[in-house]
Amino acid sequence: MSNETKDLSPEQTAYLRGVRRDKIKVILSQILLLALLLGLWELAATLGWINPFITSQPSGVARTIVNLYRSGDLFRHVGITVLETVIGFVLGTILGTLAAIILWWSEALARVLDPYLVVLNSLPKVALGPIIIVWIGSGPSAIVFMALLVSVVVTIIGVHAGFTQVDPERIKLLTTFGATKHQILQKAVLPGSIPTIISALKINVGLSWVGVIVGEFLVSKAGLGYLAVYGGQVFRLNLVMTSVIILCIAAALMYLAVVLLERLFIRWQQ
Amino acid sequence: MGARPLVQVKDIVMKYHSLEGETTALRNISLDVFQGQFISIVGPSGCGKSTLLNIIAGLVKPTQGTVFVNDRPVQGVSSQVGYMPQTDQLFEWRSIWKNVLLGLEVQNKLSAETRESVRVLLNKYGLWDFRNSFPRQLSGGMRQRAALIRTLAIDPEILLLDEAFSALDYQTRLAVSDEVKEIITQEGKTAILVTHDISEAISMADQVVVLTKRPGTIKSIHKIVLTCKEHTPIKNREAPEFRDYFNRIWKELDIHVQ
Repeated sequence: MSNETKDLSPEQTAYLRGVRRDKIKVILSQILLLALLLGLWELAATLGWINPFITSQPSGVARTIVNLYRSGDLFRHVGITVLETVIGFVLGTILGTLAAIILWWSEALARVLDPYLVVLNSLPKVALGPIIIVWIGSGPSAIVFMALLVSVVVTIIGVHAGFTQVDPERIKLLTTFGATKHQILQKAVLPGSIPTIISALKINVGLSWVGVIVGEFLVSKAGLGYLAVYGGQVFRLNLVMTSVIILCIAAALMYLAVVLLERLFIRWQQ
Repeated sequence: MGARPLVQVKDIVMKYHSLEGETTALRNISLDVFQGQFISIVGPSGCGKSTLLNIIAGLVKPTQGTVFVNDRPVQGVSSQVGYMPQTDQLFEWRSIWKNVLLGLEVQNKLSAETRESVRVLLNKYGLWDFRNSFPRQLSGGMRQRAALIRTLAIDPEILLLDEAFSALDYQTRLAVSDEVKEIITQEGKTAILVTHDISEAISMADQVVVLTKRPGTIKSIHKIVLTCKEHTPIKNREAPEFRDYFNRIWKELDIHVQ
């Protein structure tokens, strides 16, 4: 398992080299696949195999990005969407965790609210869009609310499940020390549930994006969702593809941020 | 042995209620435990031996009867009683130092003085160098020792061990029971061990209490007298009387495989 001596045997060196080579192979293949897809897309559009008016093409997307950048609109749209998502995501996580704490605290309440949570969880939150617009108006706050709504129920259910899975023996141990309910929460339940909360965060990243983009489809005047809808309406597929591609990148970066946060938080697990 | 028992279990009856009906888990249990004694409780599974421990710990209120510790009736948990769970239950995210201080922390008793006494315990039992390690970095035996020190840190008079070694593999288990017994003897603590392992019960205790199957009552109490030079749980197993005790208790338990 571990290396007994500092100088590795030739077999171990060969093994390590093999592992590294495999890793490089996978990464190279991933990059190659992307280049291939983009190249094929571009080629097909240029040679007229597909109609770039309907399918757009990579060079068109690049041009659109440059134009958006020059007009100063790029960062405005990206900024608004990212901000809405981050706020929705953070609020959804905090409020969801707080609600889960309340449910853990009162088992009676958890039992009473259980069917409501089940219904709310299975309800497509998008259907509440019109109600949100009527109640909150058609602005960024409605979009943030949509993002919050999409992520909060899943957070409550997931985190509460994590809380209830804490080993009863552990709670018993604290009880024999005379711990109060608050101490049990603070010393065992919350720190022990950090992995659960982080996996809720990972799910919420994706869900918040869904909420924000749907919200922007419905009401907004700016943002990546707005760009996509607007582009579709005026039949500028380059604009639609551009916003989709930027979305891909932004969502991936945000997911990466959560993974970094995870590494920071659960050092003791490594 | 002093005249007054440290722990006095008096006419305990415990009933459980479920939708299927009422179950009597324990019936008329009376037991005296004196200062410095090590008592093992064995019984067939489901005989309520862990329930008895929970009652002594003040975690569960019996249906009838009272437990006295130092002549005072047990009402809820108290720091006179230290509880050792089935698994070590060290918190993965806390260092060993933070883990062993858990009880004192919960009881708001952290002070220079209590920290010093925990430091002495860690030093004495070879864990001081590992105080900054996390539980996963320690072997099963060391983890169990850390768990014991966590319980000793609140300075209880009685230790309750609930199948405390059952999660360990056999070899570690033998070594750990040796260590734990030694530490408990050195610290002058009284202990009650619940186990389903007859050998473990005999090798560790001065007295073995045999419970009947449900509803659990006390079938017999064996005073363990072994003629061997060293009285450690491992050496005790080599004593000539060991097998007799084992066979007698085995027969009393009357276990049939259905």
